[in-house]
Amino acid sequence: MTLLLASFDPPYWLSTLIKVVVVSAVVPTTALILGMVFLFKIMSWMQSRLGPQEAGPRGTLQLLADGVKFLQKEDIAPNGADRWVFKVAPLVVLMSTLLLYVALPASMRLVVADLDVGVFFVLAISSLSVIGVLMAGWASANKYSLMGALRAAGQLIAYELPMVLAVVGVVIQAGTMSLNGIVFAQADGAIFGWGGIGNPYILTQFVGFFIFIAAVQAELTQPPFDMPVAESEIVSGYQVEYTGFRFLIFFLAEFATAFAFAAIAAVLFLGGWAVPWLPTSSDWYYVLGPIVLFAKVMMVAFIIFWVRFTYPRFREDQLQSLAWKVLIPLALVNIVVTAALKVVL
Amino acid sequence: MLALLVAQNIAFYIIAVMMVFGAIRVVTTKNVMHAALWLVLVLSGAAAQFILLAAEFVAITQVLVYLGAIIVLFLFGIMLTRAKTGTDDDLDNKKSAKFIGAGIGLALFGLMSYSLIDGFKDTEFGDLTVQRTAEVSDSIFSTYLLPFEVLSVLLLAALIGAIVIARRD
Repeated sequence: MTLLLASFDPPYWLSTLIKVVVVSAVVPTTALILGMVFLFKIMSWMQSRLGPQEAGPRGTLQLLADGVKFLQKEDIAPNGADRWVFKVAPLVVLMSTLLLYVALPASMRLVVADLDVGVFFVLAISSLSVIGVLMAGWASANKYSLMGALRAAGQLIAYELPMVLAVVGVVIQAGTMSLNGIVFAQADGAIFGWGGIGNPYILTQFVGFFIFIAAVQAELTQPPFDMPVAESEIVSGYQVEYTGFRFLIFFLAEFATAFAFAAIAAVLFLGGWAVPWLPTSSDWYYVLGPIVLFAKVMMVAFIIFWVRFTYPRFREDQLQSLAWKVLIPLALVNIVVTAALKVVL
Repeated sequence: MLALLVAQNIAFYIIAVMMVFGAIRVVTTKNVMHAALWLVLVLSGAAAQFILLAAEFVAITQVLVYLGAIIVLFLFGIMLTRAKTGTDDDLDNKKSAKFIGAGIGLALFGLMSYSLIDGFKDTEFGDLTVQRTAEVSDSIFSTYLLPFEVLSVLLLAALIGAIVIARRD
C-alpha cells in the first residue's frame, strides 16, 4: 500500500485537482474536529458538565447538526450595509484560511506546494484575514461591528511582530524557511551529539514556542485575547450582523485557522510529521505522516484551548503593552542568543 | 518550455488587466473605503506578477508588508476618522490637481517604459528557475550590503521622525 502510494505520479492537471479537492475537504473537517473535541467535549469536561449528548453517539454529531441549522437560515444584510463588501468579507477570511493549508506538509510529498519560503508564506497569508474582518466590521454599518473591527486591527499591530520574531529563532537554527526543511533539520538533529530522538526545537526554542503560542492566541481572537469579538462588551464585534452560512464561514475559518496554526507550531517546534527512529525518507510516511502530524496538532491545540477556557479577557491596551514591552524584547533576546550559539557551536 | 511561456503570458495579461482596472477604480470611486479595497486588488496583482517571475520571496514580502500591514493601517486610519458608508461627493480633487496628477502619472509611465525598453531591448527570458531565498539574502548581505544598510538607517530616521511629529508633549 505504501509502495503503491509512493509510485503514484499523476499528471499536473490531475494532481492539481486532487489537491484542490483534498484541501477543500480537509478545511471543514479540521474545523469540525476541533469544535467537537475541544469546544464541546474538553470545555464541558473542564467546567464539570456533560456537554451535548443527544445528536449521535454521546453527542458527537452536534456540530454537524448545528452546521446544517446555519445553512437553513436566511441570509440577511442590514439596510444601511454596504451590501457587496458585506457579502464578500467572510469569503476573504475563508480564503486566507484555505491558503494557509497550501504550505502545510503532512509528509515529504504530501504537501500542496513545498515552498522554499514556507514559514514566511504562512505568516504573510495569515495576516490577510484581518482585511476580511475590517471589511465585515465596516460594511455592517453597526457601531459594535466597527468597534470590533478596530480592535482586530489594533490587535494585529500587537501580535504580528512577536509571531514573526518568534519564528526567526527556529529559522536561524534550522537554516531554512521551508517547512519540510525544518522537519528534516529536527529529525536529523542531535542533542549534545545524541541523535536518539532528533532535536525537536521545543527543547532549544522553548522561549520562541511560548511567544508563538501567545501570538497565535491573539491571532485566533481567542480568550484571553478575544477583545475583537468580546460578547459581554461589544456583543460579537464584527460578526454581529452576520447570519446563516456567512456566519458559519466565520466560525469555520476560525477553527480551521486554529488547526492550521497548531499544525505550524507542531512543524516548527515538535518535529512535524516525522517520528524518531524512522528515517524521513521512509515510504511509511505516506500513511504515517498525516497520523503523526494530527497527533501532534491535537497536543498543541489542547494547550491553545486549555488557555482559552481558563483565562479571563485582557484589555486591548494590556495586550499592546504585553506584546511590545514583554514579548518583542524577549523574542529579540532569543534571536540574539540563538544566532550567537549557531555561530559558536 | 514554450507551452509554459505561453501560459505565463496569458496569466500576465489577465492579472495586468485586473490590476489596471483596479487602479482606475482606486482613483475614480466616490467611496474612500472602496478605494482602499480596490488598492488591495492592485497590490495582490503585483504579488501575483512576482510569482509569475518565479520571485517567491519578493512576492510574499509584498503580501506581508503591503497587504498585511499597510492596507490594514489604511483601513484602520479611515475607520478611525471618517468611516462613512455610502458615497462622498467632495472626495474628488480640484480640476487643476487632477491635471497635475495625470501629468505626473504620464511622466512616470514614460520614464519606466523607456528604462525597461532601453534596459532589456530584445532579451528573451530563458528558463525561469525559482529564486531561492538564500540567494536573495546572500546578495543583499554581500553585493548590496551598503545600499541595504543606508536604506535601513533612512527607514529608522523616518520612523523616529514620525514619532516626533505625532507626540503631543
